[in-house]
Amino acid sequence: MTTFFVDTAGIMLVLPLVAFLMIMAVGKRMKLQGAEIAIGALAINTVWATVLFVMNMTEGVLARTTFEIARIGTVAGNEIVFELGWVVDGLSIMMFFLVNLVGLLVFIYAVGYMHGDVRVPWFFAAFSLFAGSMLILVGAPNLIQLIIGWEGVGLASYLLIGFYWEDLDNVRAGNKAFLVNKVADVGLILGAIIVALAVGSFDFQAINVAAVEHLEALSTVAVVGGLLLFLGAMGKSAQFPFHIWLPDAMAGPTPVSALMHAATMVTAGVYLMARTFPLYQSLAEEARPWMVAIGAITLFGMGLLALVADDIKKVLAYSTVSQLGYMMTAVAAGGYTAGMFHLYTHAFFKALLFLGAGAVIHAVHSNNMSDMGGLRKDLPVTYWTFLIGSLSLAGIIPLAGFWSKDEILATLGHEGYTAVMWIAIAGAFVTAFYMTRAVALTFHGTYKGHGHPHEAPRVMTVPLVLLAIPSAIAGFFSIPGVSLPGIGNFGEWLAVREVTMGDHHAEGIQWALAGSGIFAALAGIALGWMIFGKDRETQQARDGFEVPVLYPLLRNKYYMDDLAGGVVGGTMGPVAQFVNWTNTYVIDALVNAVALLTKGLGSFVYGTIDQRGVDGVVHGLSAATDGAGSALRKMQSGRVQQYAASFVGGVLALIIVFVFVT
Amino acid sequence: MLLNQFLILAAALFALGIYGLLVRRNLVLILLSVELMLNAVNINLIAFESVLRSSLAVGQVFTIFVITVAAAEVGIGLAIVIMIFRNRRSANADDLSLMRW
Repeated sequence: MTTFFVDTAGIMLVLPLVAFLMIMAVGKRMKLQGAEIAIGALAINTVWATVLFVMNMTEGVLARTTFEIARIGTVAGNEIVFELGWVVDGLSIMMFFLVNLVGLLVFIYAVGYMHGDVRVPWFFAAFSLFAGSMLILVGAPNLIQLIIGWEGVGLASYLLIGFYWEDLDNVRAGNKAFLVNKVADVGLILGAIIVALAVGSFDFQAINVAAVEHLEALSTVAVVGGLLLFLGAMGKSAQFPFHIWLPDAMAGPTPVSALMHAATMVTAGVYLMARTFPLYQSLAEEARPWMVAIGAITLFGMGLLALVADDIKKVLAYSTVSQLGYMMTAVAAGGYTAGMFHLYTHAFFKALLFLGAGAVIHAVHSNNMSDMGGLRKDLPVTYWTFLIGSLSLAGIIPLAGFWSKDEILATLGHEGYTAVMWIAIAGAFVTAFYMTRAVALTFHGTYKGHGHPHEAPRVMTVPLVLLAIPSAIAGFFSIPGVSLPGIGNFGEWLAVREVTMGDHHAEGIQWALAGSGIFAALAGIALGWMIFGKDRETQQARDGFEVPVLYPLLRNKYYMDDLAGGVVGGTMGPVAQFVNWTNTYVIDALVNAVALLTKGLGSFVYGTIDQRGVDGVVHGLSAATDGAGSALRKMQSGRVQQYAASFVGGVLALIIVFVFVT
Repeated sequence: MLLNQFLILAAALFALGIYGLLVRRNLVLILLSVELMLNAVNINLIAFESVLRSSLAVGQVFTIFVITVAAAEVGIGLAIVIMIFRNRRSANADDLSLMRW
């Protein structure tokens, strides 16, 4: 029984893709336009993931199943094999659980959110592809399968961000996400190849074992390979300066944003760091300060941007970038458990916040907070769940976000990154600040939009409530130093890997640090409430604190988009023009010449050989038959006596022949 | 030997039959000409039988067959002629050149 679920864990990787194809085929004809297939697939997946999750809590599950697809070649005596399969261990089970559970709730929510929208079957098909790709990614036993899932996630996100492709801006946003990711993917692929060639295998197990054993070949390239892999992770996990795609990705439908930010896409980079954690922990130590620095810049700088955004989804998007900065900082600093635990709690409350934002947008038909306000009476369920999510995100004890953020702070302190730890505490202040602003502008004050907003239907509010529960209590699984009887704690579940992770676990709560975090959060809430709690009429008055230099800087997103556009446009423009010229005058000329030649040959074959030669024979035969028929049919006159005369003549001729000739 | 006279008679009758067949335009007369040719053959058969005297009397048997077949053939032939006459008010062979290309 127990091994059954482990042995068949691979169906979780396959079912959403089957659902994808089925929805494409028959989705249009179904009552919910294919949503039932998508939900069914994820529901089955959730059963599997939950069973595995519980099994891992109690006894620990470590298994891998791989199928050899091809042999690529031999490197330094090691045959490199391309395998597909799935890994079941503490890390992947956690991700399976997260992706399937959050995915299921978001899918159910989407039934209500997308009701009556355009292309619903296509939406659910692409959504299934999105979840399925992520499951392939997190279940990957080797880097190749991870890259397959990685690109699948990128493709599905492109399709979903540009879902409303009637509007060119949305298409541009999809393109931007895809291209920024592609740039970073170069790092991932190069890093994967470098590491794999050094180890002699793409397999994570082999790589991690080699890292723990300080394999000579690997240790020489570990820093370069590790940084390149990190570059890939920066793209998917929207780390500075690759964060520019994520806010634009809000162009997609809100459930897409929720899933993308909670479980399926942006967590992939952090997951990759966790999957290859021993590489950084044991070998690539020189790479880690750089990674921590990137994470620190992201967590603080991007958090500030959330302060000035008017679009509620963009506030949450920048918040996600900032929280991803926390995760990345933690994993880079050596906090495997801390980073993954924040990923785990963040998935619940960020999905909750996005779905809550979706319910608000559904009610007021606008993304902008300047059209909202005073919604707490009209949307009570949304308000209370959103509030729980916000407080959890802000890190208020005892909600989930507090425990994970505290663990990150403790890790940073223990690993000696004291300055970064203070930045993280400042980040907690900013987080509380912008979430207070979002709650105040959306739910408090007076309503500024049009019409009368209504609470979302039950199919949308139930997922909100179901997500609010783990957002509140998920943190209790990882109270420092506490191992729950019978099931242990989050760190122990996550430590079920083929090698020891070797990260630090705090013995107990460091109250000084936790107190600083809580104080920062409370200060942020207090400041936010002071500025935004009062109702104001205009957007300018609401933002109220236009600090001269800082405010324009933030409103323009540090000019990062312009910089990226300028740099890419400036350097790539001439290159693109040259490539275009080459394409037009060299490659096309070649192609045209071949085409001309082929065309001439074709007309020769057609005109001379086929029309005159082959057809000539056929036509000649038919003309001869026709002529013979025309001549001979005149003999069939219909006159019986003529026939008789011919017959008699023939007999006479025969008699003459027989009598006189023989 | 009284064979040649019979053969000459038969040949004359046969020639008369062919003549009638080719030049007569009335369908009934054409049929009569055919009968004439058949009977010429019968005379031939009997004449040879009387000379050769085969133990099975082949010549006489075949003559009986020919008479039978001729009777049947005339029966069908006249039936066709009557039907043609009823439909087309004519028994002229020249008017019946319908069955051609």
